[in-house]
This record gives sequence, structure tokens and C-alpha cells, in this order.
Amino acid sequence: MQLTVWTYEGPPHVGAMRIATAFKDIHYVLHAPQGDTYADLLFTMIERRKKRPPVTYTTFQARDLGGDTAEIYKRAASEAYQRFEPAAMIVGASCTGELIQDDPGGLAKALQLPIPTIPVELPSYQRKENWGASETFYQVVRHLARSAPSPEAATPGLDQGIQEGPAPDAPQPSCNILGPTALGFRHRDDIEEVKRLLTRIGVTVNVVAPYDASAADITRLGDADFNIVLYPEIALTAAQWLKRTFKQPMVTTVPIGHGATCDFVREIGDLTGLDVSDVLNEETDRLPWYARSIDSTYLTGKRVFLFGDATHVIALARVAEKEMGFKIAGLGTYAREFARDLRDAAELYGVEALITDDYLDVEATIEALQPELVLGTQMERHIAKRLGIPCAVISAPVHVQDYPARYSPFMGFEGANVLFDTLVHPLTMGLEEHLLTMFRDDFEFHDGAGPSHLGHGHSKSTKPSGELPTPAEPRHQSGETVWAEDAEKELKKIPFFVRGKARRNTEAYANERGLSTITMDTLYDAKAHFGK
Amino acid sequence: MNQVPTDLPTRDLASCKDRPVLRQRGQHEVFCGLTGIVWLHRKIQDAFFLIVGSRTCAHLMQSAAGVMIFAEPRFATAVMEERDLAGLADMNDELDAVVDRLLARRPDIKLLFLVGSCPSEVIKLDLSRAAHRLSLKHNPDVRILNYSGSGIETTFTEGEDACLNALVPTLEQTSDDTPSLLVVGALADVVEDQFRRLFAALGIERVAFLPARRANEMPAMGAGMHFVLAQPFLTETARALKDRGARHIKAALPLGAEGTAAWFKAIAQTLGITGEDVDAVLEAPRVRAKQALTKYRETLEDKSIFFFPDSQLEIPLARFLNQELGMRPIEVGTPYLNRAIVGDDLDALPADALVSEGQDVEAQLDRCRAAKPDMVVCGLGLANPLEVEGITTKWSIELVFTPIQGFEQAGDLAELFARPLNRRTRLEV
Repeated sequence: MQLTVWTYEGPPHVGAMRIATAFKDIHYVLHAPQGDTYADLLFTMIERRKKRPPVTYTTFQARDLGGDTAEIYKRAASEAYQRFEPAAMIVGASCTGELIQDDPGGLAKALQLPIPTIPVELPSYQRKENWGASETFYQVVRHLARSAPSPEAATPGLDQGIQEGPAPDAPQPSCNILGPTALGFRHRDDIEEVKRLLTRIGVTVNVVAPYDASAADITRLGDADFNIVLYPEIALTAAQWLKRTFKQPMVTTVPIGHGATCDFVREIGDLTGLDVSDVLNEETDRLPWYARSIDSTYLTGKRVFLFGDATHVIALARVAEKEMGFKIAGLGTYAREFARDLRDAAELYGVEALITDDYLDVEATIEALQPELVLGTQMERHIAKRLGIPCAVISAPVHVQDYPARYSPFMGFEGANVLFDTLVHPLTMGLEEHLLTMFRDDFEFHDGAGPSHLGHGHSKSTKPSGELPTPAEPRHQSGETVWAEDAEKELKKIPFFVRGKARRNTEAYANERGLSTITMDTLYDAKAHFGK
Repeated sequence: MNQVPTDLPTRDLASCKDRPVLRQRGQHEVFCGLTGIVWLHRKIQDAFFLIVGSRTCAHLMQSAAGVMIFAEPRFATAVMEERDLAGLADMNDELDAVVDRLLARRPDIKLLFLVGSCPSEVIKLDLSRAAHRLSLKHNPDVRILNYSGSGIETTFTEGEDACLNALVPTLEQTSDDTPSLLVVGALADVVEDQFRRLFAALGIERVAFLPARRANEMPAMGAGMHFVLAQPFLTETARALKDRGARHIKAALPLGAEGTAAWFKAIAQTLGITGEDVDAVLEAPRVRAKQALTKYRETLEDKSIFFFPDSQLEIPLARFLNQELGMRPIEVGTPYLNRAIVGDDLDALPADALVSEGQDVEAQLDRCRAAKPDMVVCGLGLANPLEVEGITTKWSIELVFTPIQGFEQAGDLAELFARPLNRRTRLEV
């Protein structure tokens, strides 16, 4: 039994709903009690979808439990078929449905509907939303995908390897884009950006799935030369099966950030034999220049903490450290399935990976690390707000704000532009930061006022002094060390966004040297010792 | 299964008591009773609600309520895991450990509710025994009670009914038998304060509210106690109070100028306060409420309205919108119809309004589209898709999360319905 206040992922059947809802003509019949219909509002309210998710809930009640809940399932499935006439049907149970063991797969099969019924068994008490989405997508692909047509239809470029590239009149190589779902973080715009990129490279898109795909599209997945695993959390299992079954290679670089987008282009170039040098030479993103612009000097070495799904955290860590010049203070994920990938990434930056789905652990880590910027989910946005630390949202779980009206991909070259803006926006800008340090007692321009472009009270700390009276507060940890009054006063002159760190460093410095009192000199000795 | 009466007879008001009710069975597009925790945990300021359930329950609480604004809310979910279900871990030991951790972390908690969910009910986890066991352990610092908010037993607001019903046996019994009044149902603090002032003006001094704002301030019960419901969905709580000897004051629900006036009058009459005094006290706020309503009458009058079932507030709301603002209810859906509570409001509905109980959402959507109402009151899952079809909607959940009861809120309540229509006239996109 796990005590949970907020959860990063929903139950696995919500993952299945994200797949069903992404498809145009697949219906999901879910053995579930009435309350489970809350999940509809995720799609209609958060994502603002114009149609209800294609989900029928059997709505069994306590009084049905002694009777025939299986009959309720069969009736719901057969009525759903008649009303919606889907091209295929996903059948399964939610957490409560799983407990009554009615076997939706068998029941649906017994109905002998004239469409494929795809049983999806999701162990609700072990697994979570992303796993549910991945498993459901895999099952849909397994049930519907047909083998590829004759080899002649395949691209010469692939068959011949990469020596010279395809002949001028050869058909373009084609790919499937796998992974984007309903209720995905920026999936809508990522698809467009990746498609644009593929057009420039000279690759045609055979199928995008599951987002806006039809069941018929899945039957012709095998027509493509290769698969792009856009979101490994969702598509990796299915893509691995396609690789085994249809011998379709996979592109697994996730094109988030300038460098990763270039790698993605190169990977496709290597795979198809296409010449991608033009695509790489045309600078279509501003991130590299903006990052080099002296205006961005103030970003140097800013300590960043990242938390979210594995794909976004790994990609953004690279952007933060290599493309923005930040310093990774820590990173983590709630996606245990990808813990190994995240640990590998953490090693690159010399930090330890935090693998947890308990937001209190994340909060404690952020408090202890005192980063200057948090890149996280909506959960970390709340934590950071409370701690007075600037934050940008880079990963699901999603919020209505993660569906901006404007075009705002995270992927590709335009995505790199979006990332530059996203990562800079929460911060106090260069000169302003200096002025805050110089004139901290100015009545309008003081510590707690926060960046001037974000309006009043944005990153204002909950306490006027900017101190954080939390369990992680060093003052309570260091029993013997005492701050002299003038040193304490001087500490307050340090801008609030680095004050916690300064306090911690100074106390550590004093402890190491066995100093019982922290004087003004200790403060500045420590400053000199730890200087960036 | 579901038959739509095609030819409803027109009747005069007097015969409405036996109006036909369309009973439906099928997919319910409503929340489960757990959702009541969203307002109950704010209302009782030192209570904590621990759901014993699944990840779905936790996900519902954070998605449905959008309450992440509260840094650390006074609710949480003990998520059952495979090892609990497989018997590898003793579920009771696990629960005890979770409760110990929770109470150690939150010493401010004086009242803990263990809240049953669909999965805990299906596996028949006995939370009443757990509550008893844990109460002994944490006595006297924390009282531990239990109720079920599961979707297989409760619909949305019935969660509050189950919670208050669990509180009733714990209310102290006094030997004091002087007449007193208990107002039952969670109300916004501002409404509660207004009601207190009006009761005082009427000369009713001995008034208590259930639930109280703090665990140790819950009302005591005496032989002279009368109770009145401020919310329509409290069937089981009313029964439990009657079983303990309190007398039920039947009244229309306190919505709008007339509903509120009728509610106060019924209370005053039962407590032996009659005549001009009552009218004198109620007249000024009633007139003020009516004035507040006239502003919205132009927007709402003659507009047709269709209610999907949600909170059991539908019948009193339809009464208010029809009688006080001239709207035309086409269908009034309620998850559960208790005539003993909403009888007065039901009788006041026009004869041609179809009253439906339960839900088969697809069939109801068909009726709704055919009726082309000017406004639909429905849950969050249905609202945007209906807007896309050109139908103006009002989210029903806002009617539960907003102070709407009483004279001073009558205008606010009307405004909630006028706003979507008003907005439509403003937008040119």
C-alpha cells in the first residue's frame, strides 16, 4: 500500500484511453463503475478535444456484483458496436473491473462482432498510465498490422545500403511516425514539426500513429521502410515488434534540442542513404546563436534540476547543459520503466538520478539542492512556486496550459527555438539580476519582487525574507554552528534565489573547519572557496 | 430497457405528485462519491480523508477537482498494490502503517475518515473494523471513522451523505430537551454566517450546523432537536438523524428568493415562530434577492433548459429557474430522486418537464439533441463536445463548488446560468 497525494501518472486504462482516443475509428469498451468516467474530462477539458473519448463504460453497480456483470459487459459492447460502428474495438477493464474477473476479451469474442476485437489486459495494481498506453498500442499494432507488400515496393536506397543514395527517380524512402497520442505533451505540434523535417530530408510519411490514424492505417504499417520512435514510452514496444516481424529498422533518437535534432537528421541520413548535409547546414533555429549571444552570458552555470518522463528529462538535460550553458544539479523521472536510461544520463552529468513517483521525495530533493531553475512537470511547478524557484514545464502530466493555442512544438528546429524561450522566460534577466544584487533594499526592486517581466508576486517566496523554514532548512540541521548577527545580516543581502545555496555552503564550510560561529569573514571565505 | 414516454399527459400542478418519472439504466457520466472530499476537506478544517483505493482514485481526485493549488491537501490515497491483493502483505497491517505515518506527519489532524472505494468494496476490505482498531490505537488524539465513497454505491454528492451519516452516531447525546435546530449539509462559510444572523433575527438561538468547521465542535443531540436539510442529497444522513430521535423539518431547498423564504418559514413554523415577525425578518432580504434576480430575468426568461444528472440539486434548481426566472425545464435528470426531500420542489415543476432518474448517457444525449435546448447543465466530460454542436452549456460541478444557497446568493446563482448565454452574445468568433 502506497500513500499518495498527487500522482504523476494515471492508471493504465487511462493510457489505453489515450490510444483509443488518438485513433479516428477505434472504440474502447471498458468494464468499469460509474466514477471512472471522470477520465473523459481529461480529454474534453484539459486537451479541449471536440469529441468525447470513444469509450463506453459498463457502469456496473454494487447490486450487480452478485448477479451477471458479464452480461452487462456483453450488452455494453454490442450496443457500442451498433451505435458507433467502429473499425475495431479495444476491450478491457479498469482497476475495479479487473477485480471481478469477467474476461472482457472472451466476452467480446463470444459476441462475434464483424470487426476485430482487441483484448488488452492491464494490471492496474502493478502498472501505470504510460505502460498502459504502450501495451495498448502494441496490442493494436499486433492485431491489425499485416505483413508488408512485395520487396519491390521497398526503397532501393535501403536495400542497397548507404553507398550512393537513391537514384534521382527512385521513390522516396518512407517511414511511420509512432507514439503521439491523445493527451500527450505537445504531441500535436511535435508531429507537424517532425513531418516538416522529414519533407526537407526527402522522406515521405506512410502513417502517423496512433494520433489521427485509422485502423486501416495500422494494417499498412508494414509498407514503410522504417519507423520513427517519437515517444519511446509509448511506441518502443510496438516498434520493436515491427522490427522483428517486418524487419523495419527504428530511428530512436528523439529530436528534442538543436543537437539531438541534428543527430536525428543524421540517423535518418545514414539509414536511407539520403544526403542530409543541406538540412544540417541551413540554420533554421535561432537557439545556437541566441545561446552564443553575449546577452546570454548570465545563463552560465545556472544550476538546474530536471524531473519528468524519461524522454523529456534526458533530452532537456542535454539542452540545458550543452546548449544553454547551465549546470545540471540533479535529474530524475517517475518512469521506472526507463530508470536505466535515466541513470546513464545522470552519469554523463556527474549527478545521481532520482527515480521515484512520490512528489514529496522530489520536493525534498529540490529543497536540498536549491537549484536556480527547475525544469519539471506541473507538480514541480507547484513545488518550485512554493520554494520561490523559477520553473518551466517540460513534461507530462499535462495541464490545460500545456495545450497552447499557438504552434509550440518541443521537437525539431522550431522546437529548439521554443525551448530557448521556455528555459529563459522564468529567469531574472542578466542586468536585472545584477541590479537586484546591488540595490537589494530598493522598495520596488527588492529581492522578493521577482523578475519584472513576470508581474508581481510571480516567483515571490512565501516568506518575505526569502528564507525557507522547511525541514531541509540548514539552520535546523547544523546543531553547533551559529551565525553571528552581522554575518546573518550580510547573508540577507545576497539575492534570494541563491541565498539558500549560500547559507548551505557557508555552514558546510564552517562545519568542515570546526568553526562554531559564522562571522562575516567566514561568509566571504566560503564565498571565495565555493565560487563558480 | 429505457423507454422514453413519447406522449406525456399535460396535468395541472395539483396532480404532479404522481408525475411519471423516466428511470434509466446504462452508462452514467457522473463522478463517484469520493469527489465530495474536495469540499468536505476544506469544510472540516482539522479532518483528513484517506481513500483506500487504487491509482484511479488518486488520479480522479487530482484531475476532477483541479485542487492542486493546495500545497498539501487534507486528503490522500492509500493505493492498493499487487502484493496487497495477492495476500503477500496483510492489508490491515499495511493500512495501519500508512495511517501511523500520516498521523505522525500531520499532528494537526483530529478526525480521520477512512474512505472506501470501488476496489476496496469489491474485495470487501472491512474499513469499519479498521477504523475501530485504529481509533483505539490513536485515542484520544484522533477519532477515526469510515464511509464509502465508491462509485458502485455512491454518486457524486452521495459521498457527503455517506460522510455525514458516519458522523451522526458519534454526535454526543445531551439530556437537554429544549427545542433546537440542526442545519444539515456542508455550506459555504459565508452562507452559514448569513443563516446564523437570520436565525438570530427570527429568535432561533439554538442553531448548529452539520458538519461543523472543526471536529471537536460537532453538534450534540438532544430530545428537542429538529433538523432541516440545506442540501437535497442527504437521504441516509436524514434517516440516521431520525433514528436518533431528531425531527425532520420538510421544506423546499433554500435556493433563490422564494426557495430560501419557504425554507426559513418552514423552520420558523415548526419551531413555533409565526406571524408578522417572521415576515418582517424575511421581507427585506427576500426583496433584495428578487431585485438581484430581475437583472437576469431578461436573459433567462423563456429559455429552455435540460439537466443531465449530477448532484441531486437538479430538481430544486429547475424549480428556482422556472418559478423565479421563467426558464422552461425540458428534462430534469437527477441521479436519485428522493421525494421525501425534494417533494416541494418537484411539485412546483411544470407538468411538461420530464423528470428522469439514473442515466443512460447515449440515450439521454439523443433526447437532448432532439430537444435542442437553449442551455444544457452537464458534467465536464460532456460540456465541450456539446458546445461544439452549438449547444450552450453550464458545468454542473460549479453549482456544487459555489455558494448558491440563501437570499444573498440568489443573484449569483442566476448569474451562473446567465453567463454562458451572455458570453455567446459577446463572442464574434
